[in-house]
Amino acid sequence: MAKPKVAFYWCASCGGCGETVVDLADKILDVVAAVDIILWPIAMDFKYKDIRAMEDGSIAVSFINGAVRTEEQKEIAELLRKKSGLVVAFGSCSSLGGIPALANLTSKKKIFERSYLKSPTVVNPEGVVPKTKSKVDGYELALPEFYESVYKLNDVIDVDYYLPGCPPTPDLIVNAVNAILEGKLPPKGAILSPDKSLCNSCDRNESKPEDVAISEIKRVIDVEIDPEKCFLAQGIICMGPATRDGCGASCINGNMPCTGCFGPTDSCKDQGAKMIGTLGAILEGDEEETIDKALDGLVDPAGTFYRYGLSASMLGSARKEEEDE
Amino acid sequence: MSKTITIDPITRLEGHGKITIILDDKGDVERAFFQIPELRGFEAFCVGRPAEDMPQITSRICGVCPSAHHMAGTKALDSLFKVEPTPTAKTIRELFYNLFMFEDHTIHFYYLGGPDFIVGPDAPAGKRNILGVIEKVGVDVAKQVITIRKRCRDIMAEIGGKTIHPVLGLPGGVAKRVSVETRDTIKTFAADAIEFAKFTLQAFDDIVLKNKDYVDLILSDTYYHQTYYMGMVDENNKVNFYDGKIRIVDPEGNPIELFAPDEYADIFAEHVEDWSYIKFPYLRKIGWKGFIDGVNSGLVRVAPLARLNAADGMATPFAQQEYERMYATVGGKPCHNTLAYHWARLIEILYAAERIKELVDSEELSSPDTRNMNLLTPKEGIGIVEAPRGTLIHHYESDERGVLTGVNLMVATLFNSAPICMSVEKAAKKLIKGGNVNDGLLNMVEMAFRAYDPCFSCATHSIMGEMPLNISFQDRYGKKLGSMKRDSYGKETASWK
Repeated sequence: MAKPKVAFYWCASCGGCGETVVDLADKILDVVAAVDIILWPIAMDFKYKDIRAMEDGSIAVSFINGAVRTEEQKEIAELLRKKSGLVVAFGSCSSLGGIPALANLTSKKKIFERSYLKSPTVVNPEGVVPKTKSKVDGYELALPEFYESVYKLNDVIDVDYYLPGCPPTPDLIVNAVNAILEGKLPPKGAILSPDKSLCNSCDRNESKPEDVAISEIKRVIDVEIDPEKCFLAQGIICMGPATRDGCGASCINGNMPCTGCFGPTDSCKDQGAKMIGTLGAILEGDEEETIDKALDGLVDPAGTFYRYGLSASMLGSARKEEEDE
Repeated sequence: MSKTITIDPITRLEGHGKITIILDDKGDVERAFFQIPELRGFEAFCVGRPAEDMPQITSRICGVCPSAHHMAGTKALDSLFKVEPTPTAKTIRELFYNLFMFEDHTIHFYYLGGPDFIVGPDAPAGKRNILGVIEKVGVDVAKQVITIRKRCRDIMAEIGGKTIHPVLGLPGGVAKRVSVETRDTIKTFAADAIEFAKFTLQAFDDIVLKNKDYVDLILSDTYYHQTYYMGMVDENNKVNFYDGKIRIVDPEGNPIELFAPDEYADIFAEHVEDWSYIKFPYLRKIGWKGFIDGVNSGLVRVAPLARLNAADGMATPFAQQEYERMYATVGGKPCHNTLAYHWARLIEILYAAERIKELVDSEELSSPDTRNMNLLTPKEGIGIVEAPRGTLIHHYESDERGVLTGVNLMVATLFNSAPICMSVEKAAKKLIKGGNVNDGLLNMVEMAFRAYDPCFSCATHSIMGEMPLNISFQDRYGKKLGSMKRDSYGKETASWK
């Protein structure tokens, strides 16, 4: 029997989702033995024709990482969708927009200005900026269009499953591949990581008081971090309560708070709103003045609550609607 | 009629890449363009973020070398908040950083760049990959590579929380102390890492240096450019990855600059072209002269060979021996042979391993004194490290709360972008004459940029083997003349209209 065909593709990403596959170490040999990998991220543009030549649905599963930032990425995602039985959004960027989606707090114009015109090292008296079509010595060169906004994968194609994390852990990848190979698939749309909050498996949960109550939000630069105590109980924002489990609490093992890369659990659609709710419940005082003071340490709410999820957030949606008008 | 050859995608760099080669009327190579068709805009969207989030946010620039961005960002925070890290913090950071350099360079040699030599540049394309490497060196060696890398990354995760996107960096220190148990684990690892590095250099010796064809290839004009070189040096002008001043030597090897991080913007400027999303740095005092090499060009190369060229030697004994041996073989300093980057990278693996051993033996390592909390009002901070792929600069400006108002990043890929374009152009010139293209072009072109270790996910390529290429021929008006392609298994086909 022919082995199932598997494709990997990457959009706007850092390569960490590929590196985490290397971190499978010797387990990667088992994966390779079980599937026929017909496409890897690096192969994408070249495989346009080959992929187009394949029968629709002939790829068993495509793992697609990265956010959608350019027209080219959207087109390839669409092509892979057509040719694949299953599409798995691989990692935070693909699932939620990830770090690149922080760009949705700014604009294409500002990005170009900052990169090509106003940087302290750029010397650009003629104001040259990259263009989709340009001519050099009479020769035409092309670049793909840079979108106004950053999109998550299911904004542009139908997605069957989601592997969360920045990046997903090797264990989660192995579990996902095995589930697909054994046909033991959860309902469509499932996020392939435990549906509970990170706090449930955090070692510091025991030191979390029954009723956490804090009078001010503190920044990690301002406090000595207690290596045993719940971060929230220390007044430090930890996204654990609003974040899905499955990472092994790796950042917390590094004595730093969770920043939310696994995204929300099933019961909550907006990770930031969930965290704001959690904070509302634990912040002491109800006078406007005391609350304002308590929030002094929260200098970047959008970037804190939606670090990896702007493309999936209510904020992100609002922005896109505005642009459509 | 003029033709345009497009290689899209080129790979193994951080982000997508594309090469366009312009042929003149005779069919000889006129120009080559190395295009980066992608931009994510970190410099703009980091504005408004709290400075302390930068080491974690900017690590997402590159998931293959996240530790480099994390550490450059952390050092920029020291500078921003005007705080000196504790001796323990410095030791932990440099130790962590050398663990990272060790594993990152290792994967390049065995998975990415090395196969061209270990298996051979003219071996069947389908064999020029990690599987071919395993065939050549044996399964036991492959297991050794996987094991040493895993041990290294497990230690990094223990120190930094995660290996891909670590979390240890804070202004003035690190988040977590190194336990006595971890210290013992690192001690055992360091001894094995040194042996592994020596073994790897011996393998390079046996496979590459004892083969005259390979030595000729390394020394050939196809892969040769006289440029300026840059790298970080310690107080004795020896290579250091984590801290020191930045030294630049001219194409003759004469030191022309020795500068502290905060002077970088006086030294470098960036040129913008409308046909690439990447910028092209050059020496400000020479100016932008285009894609040319030599003393009159302001282009500066970075990464392993550049670091060795820019320094007076290695700070550890075994690496120093290898350093001297390399320059004796290639005919002195500086070495302009691009393929020698591979050799220099291996010498750096040995240095990293030796440096890990030195640092793990230092008294401070396991002290609880991991942070200096005495931060001052922030305004502007610059941090520089040597990433595996070259000098990496993070520059932040902030308001008095430490919320960022300006960010400038100069990464290794930038510094090498114009030189890579030139290297590709030169390799192409050697291969394409009178419009004739042969299949060998594909790997020769690849080798021209592969030596720089363009940064991209290693795993993917290790399994698939040869990099797929698609070369299309068209006239200057965009009319298609034909195409040539190679699939992931190395099978090549051509079609002409």
